[in-house]
Amino acid sequence: MSNQKYTRKFIVLTVLLLGLIAAYLTIESNGNWAFILPLRGKKLAAFLLVGMTSAISAISFQTLTQNRILTPSILGLDSLYVLFQTSILFLFGSGHQLVVNRELNFLISVVLMMLASLFLYAVMFKKRGHHLYFLLLVGMVMGTFFRSMATFMQVLIDPNEFDHLQSKLFASFNNIDTSLLVISCVICFVTLLFILPELKYLNVLSLGRDQAINLGVDVSKVTIKLLLMIAVFTAIATALVGPLLFLGFLVANIAYQVFQTYRHGILFIGASLIGMIALVGGNLIVEKVFHLETTLSVVLEFVGGIYFIILLLKERKGEA
Amino acid sequence: MDIQKVSKSYGEKMVVGNISIPIKKGAITAFIGPNGAGKSTLLSMMSRLLPKDTGAIYIDGNEVKAWKQNELAKKLSILKQSNGLNLKLTVRELVAFGRFPYSKGRLTQQDQDKIQEALAYLELEEMSAQMIDTLSGGQLQRAYIAMVLAQDTEYIFLDEPLNNLDMSHGVQMMKTFRRLAKELGKTVVIVIHDINFAASYADEIVAMKDGQLFAKGTTEEVIQKDILDRLYEMDIRVVTVDGKQFCLYFN
Repeated sequence: MSNQKYTRKFIVLTVLLLGLIAAYLTIESNGNWAFILPLRGKKLAAFLLVGMTSAISAISFQTLTQNRILTPSILGLDSLYVLFQTSILFLFGSGHQLVVNRELNFLISVVLMMLASLFLYAVMFKKRGHHLYFLLLVGMVMGTFFRSMATFMQVLIDPNEFDHLQSKLFASFNNIDTSLLVISCVICFVTLLFILPELKYLNVLSLGRDQAINLGVDVSKVTIKLLLMIAVFTAIATALVGPLLFLGFLVANIAYQVFQTYRHGILFIGASLIGMIALVGGNLIVEKVFHLETTLSVVLEFVGGIYFIILLLKERKGEA
Repeated sequence: MDIQKVSKSYGEKMVVGNISIPIKKGAITAFIGPNGAGKSTLLSMMSRLLPKDTGAIYIDGNEVKAWKQNELAKKLSILKQSNGLNLKLTVRELVAFGRFPYSKGRLTQQDQDKIQEALAYLELEEMSAQMIDTLSGGQLQRAYIAMVLAQDTEYIFLDEPLNNLDMSHGVQMMKTFRRLAKELGKTVVIVIHDINFAASYADEIVAMKDGQLFAKGTTEEVIQKDILDRLYEMDIRVVTVDGKQFCLYFN
């Protein structure tokens, strides 16, 4: 496909996104600009950031694993985040510096999740050969373990503290933690700079691990960098809007369909735009059509889940 | 290229045991042997796809591990049995990946020339704009080999390159390898199942069985009834037609 065609698709998606943003900012504003713009603007920024980070980390993860129905949340990193938040509240109480100072809390979470991804990498390569499925299995088991631990502690916690946990530490689409916006943007930008030189290696990696080695790519180094990036991006998305299961998977696959290319630069931009559209548009629908009777995560999980099943069935048919 | 005392085990099972062989430069060397002999494993170790347990593999005097990844990719290429890719890629784009060690994705005019040359060499020019998921197995195999050609390395390792190819394309492929060795001085190592292809086109043959070196030598030395019978544990007739050796094993 020629570059012009990609550009045209980018323009269509961008116009769509801008339209949705305009609608989101202006609908039922009743002229209260001073009040509405900062409020909605912050929420909007979070949507855009989450749309981009989930899209990019999902595509990178899928290229890394050579599997288009996986989502990074299989690594259990978001569960680790939830466990960390629950533990500090459980151990230190709601007045502690770690709970009150959101930035500090966030930075520690990011570091923790990066360490966890390095641990997963070590597990993967200590084993003879490159047992990617072993890594996924370990991630899944650990994720379940972290979630169970977190639930266990939540049950024991004082109800007032739990309330605090709910509202402050676990973000959701209706309760976006905007205090972390600035630091998230900065970290996201730095991570992008760090990952940009790897784009060309990602293209080669989509041919498979053996081919990438044959073509002189240091696969271990690229894998570590990508896993770190996925950890950071998962941390950002989870901190801002809470754990997301299907969003990355959904937008990545739509981007593959729309752009029909192996070039990750194009896929990253395209999927990010699609992710942003899904979040801003979905939120509009939830707020204005369903009048908040359902949540955006429910809608996303529902649509993503259906798409996931369709893809599974299609893959099975293709191989039979 | 020199292989010294290379071994590889999976748990208790030794798949390649203590093999030492020099690989002759500018010639076609064929690895033959029954299934599970460790031929592909050895080839994977020679091309750093698999780490070896013991031993050393030297390329131009340096151990494979000591080479910079990117430099090695300009020296040595490997094509494994490939399974289909779920990728949106044209034939030309696939072949262009062969230039990655040189250009890191930004193709120069020289890269374009090499790509064109490789496409022509394998008669893929007409389908160069076709998506690879529309190709037949044999066409895809040829596209991959064109990619290896575009990589333009001194050493070319191929794991069962004749898979999916019909007789005519198989012969053509072997002739291509021969030209690469004779005209361009490339060192070609292939793992091959059809011993008649090995007998007709290879200069050197390395026979492996149960992870051990079974026999090695020139093609005439190895294609002998007593060696092949013991190697494959079957009754094989070796006949000479027009000065070439042929193995008849349908009985």
